[in-house]
Amino acid sequence: MDAIDKVRILVVGDSGVGKSSLVHLICHNEAAVNPGWTIGCSLEVKLHEYKEGTPDQKTFFLELWDIGGSSSHKNTRAMFYHNANGLILVHDLTNRKSHGNLKQWLNEILDQDKEMGMGRGPSRVRDTLDPENLLGSVKMPILVIGTKQDLAGEKRVQRSFVAEDLGVDDISLNCHNPRSLAPGSGLAVKLTRFFDRIIESRYYRDMNPNPALLEKRRLLPMNVMNAKSLHGD
Amino acid sequence: MSFLQDAVIMFSSQVIFFAGGWVFFMKQLFKNYEVHHIMVQLIFSITFALSCTMFELIIFEILGTMESSSRYFHWRLGLYSMLFMVIIVLPFYIAYFVLSSLRFVQRKQIGPLTLVSWVAFLYFFWKIGDPFPISSPKHGVLSIEQFISRIGVIGVTVMAFLSGFGAVNYPYTSMTYFMRPVTINDIIAIEKKLLHTYDMILIKKKRIAMAQRDQLLRSKSGSSGSGIWGMLRSVATNPLVSSGENISQLKEEVAALEDFSRQLLLEAVDMHSMRERIEWAKTFRGKYFNVMGYFFSLYCLWKIFICTINILFGRVARVDPVTRGIEIAVHYMGFQIDVKFWSQQISFFLVGCIVVTSIRGLLITLTKFFYAISSSKSSNVIVLALAQIMGMYFVSSVVLMRMNMPAEYRTIITQVLGELQFNFYHRWFDVIFLISALSSIGFLYLAHKQVPGDREIS
Repeated sequence: MDAIDKVRILVVGDSGVGKSSLVHLICHNEAAVNPGWTIGCSLEVKLHEYKEGTPDQKTFFLELWDIGGSSSHKNTRAMFYHNANGLILVHDLTNRKSHGNLKQWLNEILDQDKEMGMGRGPSRVRDTLDPENLLGSVKMPILVIGTKQDLAGEKRVQRSFVAEDLGVDDISLNCHNPRSLAPGSGLAVKLTRFFDRIIESRYYRDMNPNPALLEKRRLLPMNVMNAKSLHGD
Repeated sequence: MSFLQDAVIMFSSQVIFFAGGWVFFMKQLFKNYEVHHIMVQLIFSITFALSCTMFELIIFEILGTMESSSRYFHWRLGLYSMLFMVIIVLPFYIAYFVLSSLRFVQRKQIGPLTLVSWVAFLYFFWKIGDPFPISSPKHGVLSIEQFISRIGVIGVTVMAFLSGFGAVNYPYTSMTYFMRPVTINDIIAIEKKLLHTYDMILIKKKRIAMAQRDQLLRSKSGSSGSGIWGMLRSVATNPLVSSGENISQLKEEVAALEDFSRQLLLEAVDMHSMRERIEWAKTFRGKYFNVMGYFFSLYCLWKIFICTINILFGRVARVDPVTRGIEIAVHYMGFQIDVKFWSQQISFFLVGCIVVTSIRGLLITLTKFFYAISSSKSSNVIVLALAQIMGMYFVSSVVLMRMNMPAEYRTIITQVLGELQFNFYHRWFDVIFLISALSSIGFLYLAHKQVPGDREIS
């Protein structure tokens, strides 16, 4: 077991959007039965095959950190954010405000990440976000997931504008349907690609500089700056 | 002509209050939720507007604005509408939303079931009046006094409960005497413990995942073997124990660790909040609140004492504080003042203060309560329940406010609300205030005592 490497993925979003159901679906391939409010952080692991079906196939552990979103626990959440390799932003398709709040979540995590990276300790001083520094912190891949698709009706087709700003992928699903992530379905493929990207950015980044990846990184400051200016309105 | 003028004034002020309630709903209560049923927002804003109208009419009574006949008319109109909201509309919608969210109720059954629940509510509402001496045989069965008296009982209970708790809680949270010292090392220590617990949970879950995968692989390869070798292989390897791992035992350990992690996290949240309070206490506002806390605790003790005396000796305050204050000023200190003018000004000021602080206090309490207990599924029901409490609260504060006003201004309340046993309500307020304050002291004492014991050990 010690021989298998791991990556840490944070799952964040407002309280009640369905993060615990989502994580349970990803890891156990079945719908969660009545999860209660998450206090603190609920942890799940999944064995993932990186580059399945190719000669480079390797097994990794995905650690999914499902962080409870209630506002009363805000002051202790900071300790979960360091050393994260990937980020899943979850919002509720029936509640537009949970989508708008994703930007605040992202800023909360990026501020914390930047402070930890600068070695500033537990002080809460916030500088203006410098795009150069931001590039260093935003190296982790991000995925936006919309839940409760069965209750949302006609909104399911809309693409998430937060995902567009950040230039990342965006999927919508119904966490109570165990077949939405059946192997081979479109959603499962997107998810697998996302996990592979995380593993690449963590372990293979220096070894294989992918020109397409570099292109995306050069574009990233502009997209992130758009997100920052929209948030500042 | 002046009636029309007065009607225009009242109507425009009601529109302003309605807009205020609407904005409060959107910006504060439903900050994180999307509004699916506009009816909920409408009902809440209407209840808020009607409550503010009642207070406005009391202030107009003191200042003598508008004709007294039109005031009387608007009083009765406002009161009837408020009763309609609190007794008919709100319980009906609360029952409707509760039933819609239950899983085992079908769509067709919701309508009739709502009616049945509403009738049941009316029955219990009526029954509340029985143990209390609030109705006299003079009242008709469907007179306004019957309804107001029952609303008054519920509302006064809520008011007294909140005042009692608030009076005790305010000194407790603002005085530094009660703040436990929390250093940054304590916080770092508990965070390290928490992360360590999470690491242990992860290790165990990884072992479970590996064991499950091995099991899966073995069962796949085992089924392909046939005949004697297959049987021998399946006998030799026990499916429950794979390479020394016992999955069910691991799952139990994980569950225990998860419970422990939740406890640790709640402690960590507590420590962070305590640290923030200590930081805040060092600021100017914090110091000011600290000093006020001492005064307030004295006031609270005095009030508990007075309530006990009132209850034991059956004392009833006949004279309101404004007239009492003016009497003292004139007779004992020999001031020569225009009693009528000053009595009006001071009553206006006092009543205005009471109205503003009670509205503000209630809205803040409602917001805190709402954030604490609501989720996206139950937000509608909770907001309607809060609107119901708000309506009852404001009606009873009108009933109780009568005590704070001089006799000449009380007439309109007595006229409109009828012959209620006002003294009963004051007595009831005292009783509930006493119970609430004493139990809050008990609870806070227990809560405060519990934690330092742990800290000393660590």
